[in-house]
Amino acid sequence: MSDIIRRDPRAEWIARNRLHPLHAAMQKAETSWMGPNGIVRKNPHAVGFIGPNGIKRIDRSGAQQGGSGKRTTASAVVQLPLHVIEQPAFYIAVVPDMIGGRLSAHDKDLLGLANKLAGSDGAVVAVVFGEYKENAFDTAGVDRLLHLDGELFDGYAPEQRILALGAVESQLAPRHWLLPDSRTGGGELGRRLAAKLGERPATRVWQVAEGQCIGRAGAGREDLVRRAPRLILAAVECAEPVSDSRHEVRPLELQGKIARNLPRIEDLGAVAVDPALIPMAEAEFILSGGNGVKDWTLFHRAAVALGATEGASRVAVDDGFMPRNRQVGATGTWVTARVYMAVGISGAIQHLQGIGACDKVVAVNMDPGCDMIKRADLSVIGDSAAILAALIERVAAYRQAGERDAA
Amino acid sequence: MTDLNIITLVSVGAHPTSGRARRAEQDARAVELGLRLAGERLQLLHAGDPREETLRAYLGMGLGEMAVLEQPPGADALPVLADYLRHAGAQLVLTGSQAETGEGSGMLPFLLAEQLGWPLVVGLAEVEKIEKGQAQVLQALPRGQRRRLKVRLPFIASVDNAAPAARQSAFGPARRGQLQASEVAIVDDSLLAEAQLQAARPRPKRLKVIKAKTGAERMKAATAKASGGGGQVLKDVSAQAGAEAIFKLLVEEGVLR
Repeated sequence: MSDIIRRDPRAEWIARNRLHPLHAAMQKAETSWMGPNGIVRKNPHAVGFIGPNGIKRIDRSGAQQGGSGKRTTASAVVQLPLHVIEQPAFYIAVVPDMIGGRLSAHDKDLLGLANKLAGSDGAVVAVVFGEYKENAFDTAGVDRLLHLDGELFDGYAPEQRILALGAVESQLAPRHWLLPDSRTGGGELGRRLAAKLGERPATRVWQVAEGQCIGRAGAGREDLVRRAPRLILAAVECAEPVSDSRHEVRPLELQGKIARNLPRIEDLGAVAVDPALIPMAEAEFILSGGNGVKDWTLFHRAAVALGATEGASRVAVDDGFMPRNRQVGATGTWVTARVYMAVGISGAIQHLQGIGACDKVVAVNMDPGCDMIKRADLSVIGDSAAILAALIERVAAYRQAGERDAA
Repeated sequence: MTDLNIITLVSVGAHPTSGRARRAEQDARAVELGLRLAGERLQLLHAGDPREETLRAYLGMGLGEMAVLEQPPGADALPVLADYLRHAGAQLVLTGSQAETGEGSGMLPFLLAEQLGWPLVVGLAEVEKIEKGQAQVLQALPRGQRRRLKVRLPFIASVDNAAPAARQSAFGPARRGQLQASEVAIVDDSLLAEAQLQAARPRPKRLKVIKAKTGAERMKAATAKASGGGGQVLKDVSAQAGAEAIFKLLVEEGVLR
């Protein structure tokens, strides 16, 4: 590096402006310097360093001068304190939905509730069926992870899962069973478990405090207040998710083999549903087009090939390429898709609001600086027509290979 | 359509806003499904007060009579229904997924299935065919998806809002229909002794809590745009390579079927 001192007027301006978001990052680490009048000035705030717990430390022995003199960005990852339960007094069992193999927001709320019920001497056991992709079990508050894998639990196998949960019941005898009261499986599994265990569950619970739980009753016009039973089916936002501790996620094994039952319900697999008939607000996979799409026939072909529900930005709707009921955004539909693919959409704030609940966003755009790219999990910069055509080809090849395998 | 013996369990609903008694939405859908399958041979079953006028709304959908197991309010419907169904010789029992009055836990079909030892299909959308003692049905999943199941008769199925919408109830047939009351043993529900129902409280809105130690951090959190960065950006790649990357993500997420 050269010794030429380069000034950055903007950085200096940010350093003077205490309310600027980057203010902290632009602070010089100098603790004392010569002032303009020859007086030594000191900055007491710059003394010391930030310790591993996020608390400021001052080492006066002079041995350690942490946070070296370099200018660093303020986004240091803070390691949360580890919550260890060596010998749990009791267990709280949670069976998360794991939609798409990840913990949903509902699951995280439920784990927050489980941690509240577990206190400082209980352990939270998450019972997870099948493959999962989640890698943040620790910050979600899972002390023990019971992973039940195998082709027995593949597809729709509620009766087999109940057998496995029965085995968990006899091994751990959890103080509480918590399941999400959702349509994606938790509500059904929880009620089947309740019928199996002979427990009367509290359903649609939205608050648990001091041994009492409150759940919606009937058509939602009444609340049912009762003593918290062993089995709780909790609604969304039943508690705050865990945010300030890490948990060990120690793997737990089920002793003994799970009995295999003769399934009375046979799963014949998913049925192809016309994606155009699925209401956009609840479609799982949306292909959305905007101003950057020039070839709309190609766009429609891509939607058919991918099996995606079609969406559009306001510009595309205003220009008459798509019907009004396909508009995504603040003035259109607020979508909840798991995968949202935006083609030629730059990402106006109204549009980004509309896709706020989407899990994965894929952007195809010519402009690498647009807001949609900042939001997207995967962005491809390039001509949308060429990319869509290539994608159609790739999917067709995949489908053909699948058919050949099946034959 | 078929010469199946189908029983639909019906209850008295409550309008979500006014609270006025009405035919329950999901039960009416269950009746509709039963009517499409069995026509006029569909049997209706209710446990409760036979003098309840709202029950006639189900008869107005085109049925001549309904069996009512007479019970005072607050009694447990489960044992009497299980008793009745054990001897009724039904091959298919249809219910809504939860009641609109009382506890509304949605446990009834599950407990009936457990007591009778029958399989249970949740969220029945359509019965495709019935042959050789097996039924092929479509189950409604969230996000408008459907799953095909094969299930042995007899079975219980609960119906939710994905089932076909109920037909209108006609006034004349509703007046002419018969409510056949029968005496049953009365079992009290133990829950009502320990729990109380109260008017629903509005749920507290979740606040967005920003855990920041300094004012600048709070300012940053307040002014930050929707999650920036973190995403993978493919620049200067061929269309094929870009499509391949997108394809991989779609397969990984399991949305490509």
